[in-house]
Amino acid sequence: MDFRFTDEQTMTADVVRDLVADLCQPADLRRLMASGEPFDQNRWAKIQELGLQSALVAEEKGGLGLQPVDFVQVAEACGYACLPEPLVEAYGVAIPLLAETGSDAAAKVVEAALEGSALIAFGHPANPFVERADTADWLLIAKSGGLDLVKTSDAMCTLQPSIDPFRRLFSVQYDEAAALRIGAQSGIEGPIASAFDRGALFAAAQMLGIAQRCVDLAVDYAKERQQFGKPIGSYQALKHQLATVQVKIEFARPVLHAAAAMLPQANALSRARVSHAKLAACEAADLAARNAIQVHGAMGYSWEVDVHFFLKRAIALSEWWGGPAFHRRRVAERIFNGPLGPEHTFAKELEHA
Amino acid sequence: MDLNYTPEQQTFRQEIRAWLKAHVPSQPLESFDATRAGFEAHRAWERTLAEGRWGMVTWPESYGGRGLDLIQWLIFEEEYYRSGAPLRVNQNGIFLLGPTLMEYGTPEQKARFLSAMASGDEIWAQAWSEPQAGSDLAAVRATATRDGDNYVLKGHKIWSSRAAFADWAFGLFRTDPASERHKGLSLIFFRLDAPGVKVQPIPQIDGETGFAELFLDGVTVPVFNRLGGEGEGWKICMATAGFERGLMLRSPARFQVTARKLVELYKAHEDEVEPSVRNAVLQCWMDAEAYALSIYSTASRLIAGGHIGAEASTNKIFWSEMDIAMHKTALSILGARAELLRSAPEAGDIGRWLDGYFFSLAGPIYAGTNEIQRNIIAERMLGLPRA
Repeated sequence: MDFRFTDEQTMTADVVRDLVADLCQPADLRRLMASGEPFDQNRWAKIQELGLQSALVAEEKGGLGLQPVDFVQVAEACGYACLPEPLVEAYGVAIPLLAETGSDAAAKVVEAALEGSALIAFGHPANPFVERADTADWLLIAKSGGLDLVKTSDAMCTLQPSIDPFRRLFSVQYDEAAALRIGAQSGIEGPIASAFDRGALFAAAQMLGIAQRCVDLAVDYAKERQQFGKPIGSYQALKHQLATVQVKIEFARPVLHAAAAMLPQANALSRARVSHAKLAACEAADLAARNAIQVHGAMGYSWEVDVHFFLKRAIALSEWWGGPAFHRRRVAERIFNGPLGPEHTFAKELEHA
Repeated sequence: MDLNYTPEQQTFRQEIRAWLKAHVPSQPLESFDATRAGFEAHRAWERTLAEGRWGMVTWPESYGGRGLDLIQWLIFEEEYYRSGAPLRVNQNGIFLLGPTLMEYGTPEQKARFLSAMASGDEIWAQAWSEPQAGSDLAAVRATATRDGDNYVLKGHKIWSSRAAFADWAFGLFRTDPASERHKGLSLIFFRLDAPGVKVQPIPQIDGETGFAELFLDGVTVPVFNRLGGEGEGWKICMATAGFERGLMLRSPARFQVTARKLVELYKAHEDEVEPSVRNAVLQCWMDAEAYALSIYSTASRLIAGGHIGAEASTNKIFWSEMDIAMHKTALSILGARAELLRSAPEAGDIGRWLDGYFFSLAGPIYAGTNEIQRNIIAERMLGLPRA
């Protein structure tokens, strides 16, 4: 029992954290927004060079064979930066799923995706739209009973503008005859369910990053802004609000990390942990964003202050990959049917727990 | 990250589980805060624990412990609360003063105090607050005046938990009469039956006498009873507070057992309660799990050589607010019967939820109010300027 990240796990996240700290500051976000481009080409090229496309792909499928726990801090770093590019969704969710199907028909697409020469967007019934469908080369669409792999050029993608300027949502229609049905074989439900859990887990991770960023932005402002002759951050009313937010963050983080470590169990216990992580991170991000706006006062309600980018991403992610009602249901299933009590915190299976 | 217990840890769990099964009293003991008899029954239980060398498993064997690490301590606590064993009457000693003695005590002091603490022979109270020094603890006025090899204690301590029946107390005293605030304070031990000590129990909100005020009028104690250097009291007191808030005072198992009971209570009354109660129950269970995971994370870090920092304050806020939420939710499930005392003929199986609710209301106050904890988080974790 050792509830700490390994040096390798932390180093992987540090690389991404450093990269986005360098290339994904609010000024960069504003520049991209003004350009109307879907990607910051320079940043995306640098991200691709990291080679994380293959991170969660099994070694025998040409990947690094890492686990969600190796990737979760990467997703936190992406949330902290409000990263527009689809590092998390493509590398954390879509590519590993397509590789896991083992479909011969999809092998070439997987190969291209691992090289960075093909981009895959993933559609799941939990989400009403497909994010960044238009700029993907392939669409991987989960539906009951299987997976469709569709060339984006064979699909009709209709933009559904989001309040988050960097989330590009599309409704997607395609002729099923033109799709490659790669999930017809039995046993595809497991990989799709795991991909869903990764989606939810990494959304939670991003929200935790968002929450911490909101606190940090608020703290920076509260140290500078003076009223009544003192920095507003010296007043208890404000200190106590931000401390309350930080407590929320501190008790969402270990849940997130445990959920990441448990995810491969793929049972009711691990799914409840993922759902708990998403609920906790969602609450932390919501509280953090609203408090950050409050701390900034009227400035917080302005376009000029950067907090709204994080608020908007938090709003979007809280409902993406299952909203609170869905995740509460999974927690309820765990609680009302599983073993309870302190000796079961790290239980692996329901029967033998 | 490895969230699997080792075979040794699993064996250890089975060992303590079997021992508790054989030794935990079949009937709950009378409260240690209400009567001398209840207090002594809990002391007897501490002695039973000590005979099994379960008094304080993390302590070295030479002081009656087992030299185990914090993960094993968590396993011990999980089994302890799971078994329904009595609350620890000596928690001020074993969980607060003990670890501090281990760090700052001389070999002679450790030899003198630790074994007697682990065995239950000496039960400790704390004597920090004074009428004018609550949240502002550095306003302590009680003095310890050097007289050769002794100190003479004088002053008025209050809100001393367990002091009504305990044997010893540790408290902050001003050893430098010219000093102010955090300087010139020392941590000193004194017997509660020493000449010059008057113990005045204070009835609590529930009518029991869990704390007391202490009037000290010329109490002579040897210099040996000072922990750490003269004038180092504040630093040592803060280290004790770190342990208290941060880790040992409220082990997660306590809340996970409460959460389990809450789920059982909800299941038994599911058809009678309004729908929102269900979400409150889910939230309580999740919070108890989150607290447990957080403590495992902290324990792993401490084992690897880390130190407890401001998370002592985040922990204290989290568990105290969670404890209130759990009991409040239980009361809402019990409905109109919640107000009944357990002795009421119609009380049925309402359990101890009302007692627990009252006790939970003290949580945001003792061990440093949650307001003070929020100041600490804001200033030391977030780096906001002091007022």
